[in-house]
Amino acid sequence: MSDRVAIIGVGWAGFKPTTPHQSYKEMIYEAARRAYSDAGVDPRKDVQSFVTVAEDFIEGTSIFDEYTPDQLGAALRPVHTIAGDGLHGLATAYMLIRTGMFDLVAVEGHSKASNVLTLPEVVYYAQDPVLNRPLRLNTHFVAGLEMNRFLFESQNTRVDCAEVVVKNRRNALRNPLASYAEELELDDVFSGPPLAFPLGAREIAQEADGAVVMVLASEEKATLLSEKPIWILGMGWCNDAASLESRQWGSAPYIYTAAQMAYRQAGIRNPLEAVDFAEVDDTYAFKELQALEALGVCRPGEAGEMTADGVTYPDGDFPVNASGGSLGVGHLLDATGLMRALEATLQLRGEAGAHQLQDVEVGLVQSWRGVPTTSGAVAILAN
Amino acid sequence: MGMRKVAVIGAGMTKFVRRALETGKELSWEAAKMALESCELTLDDIEAVCLGTAPDSFDGVHMKGEYLSDGAGAWGKPYMRSYVGGGTGVFAPIQGWYHVASGLFDVALVVAEEKMSSFYPHAQAAFLTIFDHTTERPLKPNLLWIFALEMNRYMSTYGISKEDIARVSVLHKRNAADHPCALLGDANITVEDVLNSEVLAYPVQRLDVSPVSDGAVAIVVAAEHVAKRLSDKPVWIEGVGWHLDTAYWTNRDLAYPRYVEYAARMAYEMAGVTEPRKQIHIAEPYDPFDYKALHHLEGLQLAERGEAVQLYIDGVAARDGDLPICPSGGLLGVGNPIAAAGLMKIAELFWQLRGEAGARQVPGHPRRGVAQAWGDLMQVGTVVVMGR
Repeated sequence: MSDRVAIIGVGWAGFKPTTPHQSYKEMIYEAARRAYSDAGVDPRKDVQSFVTVAEDFIEGTSIFDEYTPDQLGAALRPVHTIAGDGLHGLATAYMLIRTGMFDLVAVEGHSKASNVLTLPEVVYYAQDPVLNRPLRLNTHFVAGLEMNRFLFESQNTRVDCAEVVVKNRRNALRNPLASYAEELELDDVFSGPPLAFPLGAREIAQEADGAVVMVLASEEKATLLSEKPIWILGMGWCNDAASLESRQWGSAPYIYTAAQMAYRQAGIRNPLEAVDFAEVDDTYAFKELQALEALGVCRPGEAGEMTADGVTYPDGDFPVNASGGSLGVGHLLDATGLMRALEATLQLRGEAGAHQLQDVEVGLVQSWRGVPTTSGAVAILAN
Repeated sequence: MGMRKVAVIGAGMTKFVRRALETGKELSWEAAKMALESCELTLDDIEAVCLGTAPDSFDGVHMKGEYLSDGAGAWGKPYMRSYVGGGTGVFAPIQGWYHVASGLFDVALVVAEEKMSSFYPHAQAAFLTIFDHTTERPLKPNLLWIFALEMNRYMSTYGISKEDIARVSVLHKRNAADHPCALLGDANITVEDVLNSEVLAYPVQRLDVSPVSDGAVAIVVAAEHVAKRLSDKPVWIEGVGWHLDTAYWTNRDLAYPRYVEYAARMAYEMAGVTEPRKQIHIAEPYDPFDYKALHHLEGLQLAERGEAVQLYIDGVAARDGDLPICPSGGLLGVGNPIAAAGLMKIAELFWQLRGEAGARQVPGHPRRGVAQAWGDLMQVGTVVVMGR
């Protein structure tokens, strides 16, 4: 059993609202070539196992894992698919290496959201077919209910949520991978169309296409192959109640539990002190605040104030979503967790370009699989 | 440091039926509860949950894994769903294995569920969208046709007759007559019955094929130090293997499942099995079609290419033969709720190796068994070697 696992190669393709020039396979191929070059490995000879993340309905293909191996150089190799977020895929590769059976494992996630003509209907089909679907609950409506409860319980405000939008979309201006970069004022957020009170249309991340591939290595291989290995100090993941009726609406216990699991492995007691920056879920602006509280980087009800005080801005003490997050970069469906891990990896290597944060050693990455799930994952990365 | 040893310490399964009244969540929980009770644990003892279930289209639920999570016992726990098509049922225990072998967890619950009857009128239509959207779907292939192609190729390559292949269906369905959860057990079925059944897509006839089914199976896996404390008779996961071939299945030689061979070699190497025909005492190859069991026995290196059928002709495959094959009754007899059917094979090995298989018990205190599943576009092999 080898305990230490590192990310030694990253590659990406996209991210754009539409990618008419590329199929999903071509996009994955491009990302994979970059990742393997970055790691200096040959997928046909060196990489021992492959993990992909995908969901059938999004792909429009039943048993989609059939189509995962070729563009990764993974045909006739140990490949499997996780129906989860990219961070679940990363956690799987982390476990595979820790068994001692594999030294090099690749992880892939992608989004070809622009191909999905009926995304709202597809996502609606994630609801309980007996108890919820007959109510015709729109996905954003469910998010609006959750936001309402979260604001009520935590005493954060709609202005705090709008601050998140302004911050993340401004951060995106410095990230060449971002599709939704813009300088906004609070009023711009509020003057957007309302959607499901208190949730406004400008507080929702819009989708983008893209692919991310990462190569993970055991300690032995990582030190041999890489000059800048990014170590995975801890990973946690958790599900809360599947049904809308029995979950906690005001908080995110799944993120709390996932974070505690990751902190335990990383030996972190005070995340605000131990962690230098974070890339957290902002599918909806309020989710960033909810996540920060569940992650324990502030007390319940203080995430809004923390944002308003500039603590989570790139020049603050605890930068959050310096990449622009999903609001600024675009939501890459189940590749979102890998997009965040990619950002953290580049930051920790000092390769984040115009949005490079200064003196960062430990980064936190967190993701959520969206309405109606209570599925979240957390990774702690360090250089 | 050596690899952490992982054992199966409990198992449970629902009846496999054509149309369950229970929801997928309820089926999952029924199996999970039985598995927990079989080793006197409760959900509080479970540190992580792994789910295996095949395509979302059966249930018509997007992110089916999330939907099934509470039924599978994953409330408030680390939970992931893996899938490799039809290979999922034997992959799920591999997922359980790496959860524990990684050192992150000591006890995990593995649940495999399938509810195919929700798809109306017939689950077969869920497979229309498994084909390449550009090169294949316009030809409107369905599963039975492509298996007819593969069966034909297998028969013509090695000169095997339909009469001999029908022996597989007969043995498995007769074995299933002793399985309390079986859907299609039949103690009196004959080769003639198979040959006289309706032709679906020549050479595939109705009794060559496993039935569409609903059901769930669960097992509990544990790290060595916990397994030895909790169980008098842990059954060890000695080897795991899986390989996924290219999606371009039309370029493959359909006579031989190379992906199964590679998966088997991976599992045998880990288990220290160098002579599978001597060291494996029970085999549960994947048998959604009768010829598939033969195909897979060859991939598993338990027979020479084209010669697996001889095991059936000579009685070696019988429950009291030298290498009992599918003593459970397999998919042909017990039923084929896809992912659950694969995990059923693992549960069967668990019961057989502990001597708890009742009327199905193979004689001679078997020490080691292999279970295998297959799936996707004639593409993936998943293999687990278990021993006591």
